[in-house]
Amino acid sequence: MRLSVEELACRRSGRRVFTGLSFALRPGEALAVTGRNGAGKSSLLAILAGRLRPDAGQIRVADVGEASLPECLHAVGHRDGLKAALTAGENLAFARALLGDARMEPRAALARLGLGHAHDLPVAYLSAGQRRRVALARLLVCHRPLWLLDEPTAALDVASQALLAELMAEHRAAGGLIVAATHQALGLEDAATLAIAAPEPGLDRPSPTPDRDADWRDADVEDWA
Amino acid sequence: MSRALLALIARDLALATRVGGSGALSLVFFLMIVALVPFALGPDLNLLSRIGPAILWLAAVLATLIGLDRLFQADDEDGSLDLMSAAPVPLELVVLAKVVAHWLTTGLPLALASPLFGLLVALDGTGMGATALTLLAGTPALTFIGAVGAALTASIRRGGLILAVLVLPLMVPTLIFGVSAAESASGGTVPFTTPLAILAGLSLIAAVVGTLAAAAALRWSE
Amino acid sequence: MSGAPPATKPVMSSSPSLWTRLSNPSHFMRWSGTLVPWLTLLSALLLAVGLYLAWFVAPPDYQQGETVRIMFIHVPAAWLGVFFYGAMSLSAIGTLVWRHPLADVAQRAAAPIGAAFTLVCLVTGSLWGKPMWGTYWVWDARLTSMLLLFLIYCGLIALWRTIEDPNRAARAVAILTLVGAVNLPIIKFSVNWWSTLHQPASILRMGGPTIDPSMLYPLLVMIAAATLGGSTLHLYAMRTEVMRRRVRTLTIREAERLDAGRPRVAPAASLPLGQPL
Repeated sequence: MRLSVEELACRRSGRRVFTGLSFALRPGEALAVTGRNGAGKSSLLAILAGRLRPDAGQIRVADVGEASLPECLHAVGHRDGLKAALTAGENLAFARALLGDARMEPRAALARLGLGHAHDLPVAYLSAGQRRRVALARLLVCHRPLWLLDEPTAALDVASQALLAELMAEHRAAGGLIVAATHQALGLEDAATLAIAAPEPGLDRPSPTPDRDADWRDADVEDWA
Repeated sequence: MSRALLALIARDLALATRVGGSGALSLVFFLMIVALVPFALGPDLNLLSRIGPAILWLAAVLATLIGLDRLFQADDEDGSLDLMSAAPVPLELVVLAKVVAHWLTTGLPLALASPLFGLLVALDGTGMGATALTLLAGTPALTFIGAVGAALTASIRRGGLILAVLVLPLMVPTLIFGVSAAESASGGTVPFTTPLAILAGLSLIAAVVGTLAAAAALRWSE
Repeated sequence: MSGAPPATKPVMSSSPSLWTRLSNPSHFMRWSGTLVPWLTLLSALLLAVGLYLAWFVAPPDYQQGETVRIMFIHVPAAWLGVFFYGAMSLSAIGTLVWRHPLADVAQRAAAPIGAAFTLVCLVTGSLWGKPMWGTYWVWDARLTSMLLLFLIYCGLIALWRTIEDPNRAARAVAILTLVGAVNLPIIKFSVNWWSTLHQPASILRMGGPTIDPSMLYPLLVMIAAATLGGSTLHLYAMRTEVMRRRVRTLTIREAERLDAGRPRVAPAASLPLGQPL
């Protein structure tokens, strides 16, 4: 799979978050997205995951057949997508059946994350770090070429962070892509870095596509008198 | 594709029966309303049996509203909705599966339990059977209409009240034909099957419109 | 990504279209600004003529007496209540299909006007009901349908007020408007059915197609005046809404500008690990 993003712009509640983001990823490549809080790291991941509509710009994928972008990716963020009332195994079995292209058994995936004992425990009984590891085990139960990781090391101890770095290296070695929004480029030291800076206020970069809210901004002041 | 949908239905059914699920709660609420009416109207069995189907239907409409606000909101909050939108299944089918699961845990038990609750309002055998049948045919319409409101208010905190304001006017036709079918079974000018057929038709329309609208509301909801 | 292969396909894109260019609020403000005074004048004239005809020219009804004159307010109000729901439904399609900013403005401006006229229809209907039926409210099929329409309007306005982000609110309300538009004929049909089941036949039907020409012409003039006046109000409301959005955008811009002047916080790398965005 290959992914290219051109001149992406994002706006939330009328506020410009970022403009003019471009990057391209080839098989085995990873991208570490950095930037201060509120710079739009999560917004970029949400756009890639298809949850947020970009304000301008294009996202292209290649070499994935007929699949659409959301069908090619795993997203792990601070909302872990786990149901507290179900056991870790049930959560993973559900994800496996829902997402398709099944790989590891839930029990094996949990064991890989050091959570073999938690297979039959309701997620409600697990700590924040353990829940995050269950969510990461989802990466292993189905194959998806692109991993979108939002602060993947949050709540993880040092050993688990090393394990995550190992998993990411394996995924990339198998031709997978990773986009990670992170403060700490653990395991992605060789990855390209995309630093999102706040857009310069007042200086609208001329965008190749018109920006929807420009209509509200650019109306002549005399018209309003 | 069907495997993913079955997994979704199975998951929602399991959740409804676990801690925090609202499966049995709407049934209890249903019983509560049916039990409240005689306290308001007096224990006159003749009056109660005359308006029995209306009481059961009104209770069903209100009981359907209970738990609807969490239909998509719970999945929106914990990120499960993001997981579902990454599934290789159209969001419309995801919505359909979730609504079917919701109906199986709320509407269906309601319809099945209604003959029992009919005893409380002195319905005769025909009335009980007819009311149960109309609830069976009509509660899917209520659930699908409610699903639109649930999807629209999924990301609104404390969206329960606004959900009721949004969907109750849209439930009026279902209520009218549900009650009129149930009443026509125990005498009346209209044959039973006419309003029942219209009721089933309303459920089918609601299934199509509700699924499309709810999916449209969830897509790009951020 | 060098030498993009032909297999490359755009996943999503927002490309300029005719609609995007037509949706310029500046253009709208310009032509509506010229049009609005003339429309106001014209609808005031038409309304004066209509009211004169309704008060002094139309004869009192042989059965209802002078109270029939309520009809000249009641029927146009009912028509506008339905008319603005239709306008909202068309705007909803504009919002959902073309994401046309003005469609959203038109829809948002129409809702309170439509709700107000529906309320006028209900109140005048109720006032008319007192001398005719001896009670302020009868569950007459038409009044009941209008009541449900009013409730749907209330729900739409409530939904707008609940969702903060205007783009999200526009989308949600557009979806609900269309669901309501599919439902309105069903509601009308079911209320008629319900009404014939329950209603005593002695009730006097309002209006009806057998209206005498001496009353019909004043009524038509009043309906025309109401339509023109309502549309003028709608244009005014749209202009207000465009300005409200401009104020919102300018305020946000100002906040961004002031924020830029302040020294930046510590670089991201020194923040505690795993801090959520």
